[in-house]
Amino acid sequence: MAEAAEIARQARRRDVRSRWLLSAPALIIIFVAAIGPLFVVLAYSFMAKGDYGDVKFGQYSLDGWFSVFFQRDIFDDTLTFADAHLSIFWRSLRLSLITTAFTLLLGFPTAYFIATRPRHSREIWVFLVTIPFWTNLLIRTFAMQQVIRNEGVLNTLLIWTGIIDHPLQIMFTDTAILLGMVYVYLPLMVLPLYASMEKLDFRLIEAGYDLYATRLSVLWRIIIPLVRPGIVAGSILVFIPSLGAYVIPRVLGGGKNMMLGNLIELQFSAGRNWPLGAAISITLMIVVMAALLVYVRNASRLGAQHG
Amino acid sequence: MPEPDGAKDNRVAIEARGIVKAFGHGANALRALDDVSVSIRENEFFTLLGPSGCGKTTLLRLIAGFEFPTEGAILLYGEDIATLPPFKRPVNTVFQSYALFPHLTVAENVAFGLQMLGKPKSEIGPRVAAMLKLVHMDMLGERRTDQISGGQAQRVALARALAPSPKVLLLDEPLSALDYKLRKEMQIELKRMQQETGITFVFVTHDQEEALTMSDRIAVMSAGKILQIGSPWDIYDKPAERFVADFIGETNFLTGSVGQVERGVGRVTLESGAEILANIADGYRPHGAATIVVRPEHAKAVKQGGQLSGTVENIVYFGTDTHIQIKLDDGETFTVRQQNARSKSCGFEVGDRAGVQIAADGAQVLRD
Repeated sequence: MAEAAEIARQARRRDVRSRWLLSAPALIIIFVAAIGPLFVVLAYSFMAKGDYGDVKFGQYSLDGWFSVFFQRDIFDDTLTFADAHLSIFWRSLRLSLITTAFTLLLGFPTAYFIATRPRHSREIWVFLVTIPFWTNLLIRTFAMQQVIRNEGVLNTLLIWTGIIDHPLQIMFTDTAILLGMVYVYLPLMVLPLYASMEKLDFRLIEAGYDLYATRLSVLWRIIIPLVRPGIVAGSILVFIPSLGAYVIPRVLGGGKNMMLGNLIELQFSAGRNWPLGAAISITLMIVVMAALLVYVRNASRLGAQHG
Repeated sequence: MPEPDGAKDNRVAIEARGIVKAFGHGANALRALDDVSVSIRENEFFTLLGPSGCGKTTLLRLIAGFEFPTEGAILLYGEDIATLPPFKRPVNTVFQSYALFPHLTVAENVAFGLQMLGKPKSEIGPRVAAMLKLVHMDMLGERRTDQISGGQAQRVALARALAPSPKVLLLDEPLSALDYKLRKEMQIELKRMQQETGITFVFVTHDQEEALTMSDRIAVMSAGKILQIGSPWDIYDKPAERFVADFIGETNFLTGSVGQVERGVGRVTLESGAEILANIADGYRPHGAATIVVRPEHAKAVKQGGQLSGTVENIVYFGTDTHIQIKLDDGETFTVRQQNARSKSCGFEVGDRAGVQIAADGAQVLRD
């Protein structure tokens, strides 16, 4: 008996070893390509900045982190909040939340429409939703610029129809960034929403109507609770890239309306303050992870309910 | 006559008038219901019986409001509801798939309709408890819908539909997903609940046995039409059309000519030359050769005599009774069913000559 137990133990040990060996290539790639660089960024944020960019290796300093939130007056040394950074943080957060809300508002009926089509035509609709992905983000953003600039399609059309007589200044405003982000990230909302709506049992909606629920009650009490995993997934997929958006605010927002992505880029280029850039990057990551944590907890609680 | 038709004098709860339901347009349109009219009385257990695709579920969905009729009117206590959305009809449905809300508990499912009607919390709580007690689920109110068995889900669906006290309860093949024994239990339960609550039940099934044992009245449907409406006894013993006779129970079909008819009973000459008295279906018009049906238990095999004669072809033992198949001299097969007696054979062997004695009042002339 003891011998059998020993053999079993050895077999289990062999099993564990081969499992580690088999997953080693993937683990190495994850550590070298994803987690490793993050530690480099984290380390840079705690170093002293070099005079021409870069960092002074071996010299540690909290200046990078300090100047994320505070600034020291160069004349009298008084300490104030770094208003410029904080307003960029706030703008990024605000624009990302509004983008998530708008894509949800537009994506929900779109996904519902697709999910209620006959099975064979649903694939065509999903295919149409993914078409924008075929083009480079930069080109799509410039296309948006062509639509909303003062001499662009939208303004020309509005002036031609006589609705306005001066072109609307949309370019280089937060509205332009918002339009661009909603346009670019909408498919990321539609696809997960569609995936969970496709699984929706439409007989439950009939059951709701049968039990005196109006259309609005059916939406709030039945459809939304049941597709909540899709809403959560779509919101995560839109909110995270929005928060770190770089190309869209750069092209449509101009130099003035920066978002976090642009601020980070500035610190690594013209700003020549790598530790600050690294510290802002880490701050952005912490915000994203906090948001994710809230969402995941939300989703798993719902998942537990579904069993 | 054992006609269980106590509901006869009651008011009409639901009436369908000249209902046509077409799916699709123009020449390709499929007429799921073709000029259907039926009156369902208050407190009645009314069954729509027919094979799949006969239109019975479509009729139910029209009453519930999930579909709207192409033509015709649906009256609920005299008021036309054909164009009302389902949430404005005081009618509830027990779905074939139960359609319980997976994000709500058993008790929350039962409370849903009451909440949507805007009932106060103080009223909803006791009502939900009473409904769960009615369906013997009072211990499981806090369970999730995926933690209960199929039979329990069935009971919850029933409680949920009964909780808002609908004027009519619609049941769409609610027992079809249950195993045989559970189905038998639920048949008795359903009947009990219908009598306890006094609510009009409209029950859809393709199971003739279920229809016969539970219903006050049955409407037999085929290809979008109602062929016959009557008590189970009417439907079984006095089928009006060949489809009804064939769909429900086992039947022997004979051919003959109808002579003199008096008070619904006609003198019929069978092809064998024998003459019998047969009940004549409502709506019968003389049209040459008539079809006569005889249930297997309304005839017996005899050694001598009988209106028909032939050779015993097959003997099948069923425990409670024995089926004797007799090949008649004109080539048709006729089945008789005889009750078994203990330690006694049916008295025939395959190959024996036998006569068929049709019981008085055992034959029915169809109208088609």
